Amino acid sequence: MTDKRSDDDKNLDEDGLSRRRFIKNTGMVAGGVVGGSLLGGLLTSQFQTDEETKTDKKQETSSDLQDARMFFNQNDFKVLQAATERIFPEDDNGPGAIGLGVPYFIDKQLAGSWGTNAKDYRERPFLKFNQVENMQQKDSENLPPNPQGAQGEDQKTNTENQRHQSRLNRREIFLNGLRKMNQLSQERFNTTFDEASEEQQIEILQDFESGKVKLKGVAAENFFILLRVATLEGAYSDPLYGGNKNMDGWKMKEFPGAQPAYTNKISQDEFAKIKPISLTDYQG
Amino acid sequence: MAQKLDKVDAVIVGSGWAGGIIAAELTKKGYNVVGLERGVDKDQEDYIGTKDELRFSRRYEMMQHLNKETITSRNNQDATALPVRTNENALFGTNTGGSGVHWNGVNFRFLPYDFEIYSKTVERYGKDKIPKGMTLQDWGITYDELEKYYDRYEKMAGISGEENPIGPNRSDKYPTPPMKDTPAIRLFKKSTSEMGYHPYHIPSANLSEQYKNPDGETINACMYCAFCETYGCDFGAKSDPIITVLKTAKKTGNYELRNEATVTRVMHDGNRATGLLYTDTKTGQEYEQPADIVVLAGFIFTNTRLLLLSDIGKTYNPKTGTGVIGKNFTGHFNNMTYLGARGFFEDKKFNNFMGAGALGATIDDFSGDNIDHSDLDFLHGFEVQIQTTGNRPIATNFVPKGTPSWGKEFKDKSLYYTNRNLYVNALSGSLPWQHNYLDLDPTYTDFLGNPLLRVTYSYTDQDRNLSRYAVDVCEKIMKKMGADTVEKDEITDDIEFNSSFTTGHFGGGAIMGNDPKTSAVNNYSQMWEMDNLFVVGASSFPHFGNYNPTETVGALAYRAAEGIDQFLKDGGGLLVKGNQVKSKT
Repeated sequence: MTDKRSDDDKNLDEDGLSRRRFIKNTGMVAGGVVGGSLLGGLLTSQFQTDEETKTDKKQETSSDLQDARMFFNQNDFKVLQAATERIFPEDDNGPGAIGLGVPYFIDKQLAGSWGTNAKDYRERPFLKFNQVENMQQKDSENLPPNPQGAQGEDQKTNTENQRHQSRLNRREIFLNGLRKMNQLSQERFNTTFDEASEEQQIEILQDFESGKVKLKGVAAENFFILLRVATLEGAYSDPLYGGNKNMDGWKMKEFPGAQPAYTNKISQDEFAKIKPISLTDYQG
Repeated sequence: MAQKLDKVDAVIVGSGWAGGIIAAELTKKGYNVVGLERGVDKDQEDYIGTKDELRFSRRYEMMQHLNKETITSRNNQDATALPVRTNENALFGTNTGGSGVHWNGVNFRFLPYDFEIYSKTVERYGKDKIPKGMTLQDWGITYDELEKYYDRYEKMAGISGEENPIGPNRSDKYPTPPMKDTPAIRLFKKSTSEMGYHPYHIPSANLSEQYKNPDGETINACMYCAFCETYGCDFGAKSDPIITVLKTAKKTGNYELRNEATVTRVMHDGNRATGLLYTDTKTGQEYEQPADIVVLAGFIFTNTRLLLLSDIGKTYNPKTGTGVIGKNFTGHFNNMTYLGARGFFEDKKFNNFMGAGALGATIDDFSGDNIDHSDLDFLHGFEVQIQTTGNRPIATNFVPKGTPSWGKEFKDKSLYYTNRNLYVNALSGSLPWQHNYLDLDPTYTDFLGNPLLRVTYSYTDQDRNLSRYAVDVCEKIMKKMGADTVEKDEITDDIEFNSSFTTGHFGGGAIMGNDPKTSAVNNYSQMWEMDNLFVVGASSFPHFGNYNPTETVGALAYRAAEGIDQFLKDGGGLLVKGNQVKSKT
């Protein structure tokens, strides 16, 4: 097996500059050594020429070895897989949540500090159960499908702050919600959630979204918002987190990932089709 | 027991733009200065290769850890305030450089009207135009007096800008030319020009070319990589305190920045500040840092809370309207002042993933008092803007109304419209009200046991009417731009402040003025009641303009630094005498 260094040197582009070494030069620029506009020109052209050779090769080695559960048990994970796939299904555009590795992404996220709300304020008193189990102002509680707000930010609902007043952490909310999903499926359709039909799964998810389901210690809508957003995060975050496999989420969305520069393209009228690169390559 | 350290000339809370500018200016003059920063030590190299949406925009890498400290929030005095528990609702900067490192880089000056808002409103419309409960007041400084400090700030940060065709006087042009344009910017400029407005490039701290500032610091040229907001710059191409003022201060050898130092009190004898009490969060050791000059240059919540915790100044009482500390809390709010109209284009694709934090265009035809308010049911105004910040894929999934928020149809349409939508929005001026204020929370405390700061805020018809008018303008512009479908944001009658603090634009709490009865600091940011204590930042804004706050914070910091130098040379005293203040001698 070749090590990274010699692997790089084999992938020299026509100007004789390796991708990895080139990225190191970017670091020099950050220190103020090289002028920015000159570099902008170099970067955009460089990064398109030697695209094919590297990214696909890497996928074969490590990503599948990461697909193991750190947090969920087998049954909870099956429900999670089915639920995320309904939120972001496979279609003509490309893979769905399962194909993108979203369930493993969520499993990893919950196993880490995000799952225990480590950065959050967790001091008592918390709201009483009945206050967090029912979100107020029903008409505005759903995450807006078309979020308002500048700079790509979701508009927050009127109940935004109340949404985070549950004493449950994210791990507990997920387990609570997924198990309730399974239980409802058994009651209504006599089968586990992951074995239920698409229509049946959608029906149950809609009941969570609209708050028809009651969970203990958290509003069902809140669990649904968490599940939906985590699914999108898994579909579109850098592949280093275990989702967005093969950068397929980005490819579907025509998002080029961690490009160093658009200096030479940004003023142009035509749409730029650029093969995405991940941080695995960008950081070098 | 706090360990008492050796006295220094000045001790500063915070290492963001305000604290950094003052540190640079004082250390260049030879004063020795200690900075206290609650966040960890960061340098430019920490931000190289960090184009990671999950880490920075979703897990809030650069934001204050709320497990140590947060704020509480409520809509009115009768409600129980709830703690803001997650960063989803609280984007408060921390670490070396503060919010100045993860900002977008938008740089506006406030309008001459803003600084004399009370006088100019009364002059043009009469006293009755100001609604009952609106606590408008002049700043005790004029635009012309502040202009030279704006200019200094722009030259330090290397701001890239285009002359505002209807803007106030400038003593000099921008130090670097405007940024590049994009198809969306060209379309916005063309459409608004044809409508008779006056578009220009948003002034930007993402630099159009490499620039060396008067202090000798180099800022690189922007690469338009679209990772500005909530990110540090990969290339040292966005002006921030780390690569400018903090670097300048450190070079003098007179500046020491202590990280992971949480300030808990201003020490004082009732008349003069004697230093700062802080806890080293790595060891738990408490220290007292004595100084001749004490500067609070934290975010507005930090500045206001420290004054309240230290029992300095008269606490504001919302029932009587008396007192000043905590008064006139204003800001930009994500479900009220960041609204506009989104256009969906069926056959036209834009490179929405490209961009830079402050890359965009705007018009000032509706800013401040630029429109005649005689027949309008609101005061102040808004700037309409198109921002090509660069859409990132997790956060931006815009679909036409009626589309479900998940499932097959959502996936298909969100992919289709990703590069087929544009958004024009309006940023409006937030005016102060007697019922909107800051005080200490009676229930919740921080990790050291000190009360959290409590926000009480609710919208008024002023906000709703202004926002509706602004959104209508955005809708007209977006139609003119040729979108096939235009959807304007809705402002319902019962829309209410949602306790979401994600814009980073907040002001008030220790406001500036010319009357000690109605203001906390004079126009040098000097406390009326304690002349060696300076409170610098947006905490001194008596109201919020429709523009982004940073440049005004920077200008006020340059003025404060000049005042501190003067104060030290003169051996003390108030730098400006207030209307009601008797001479100290």
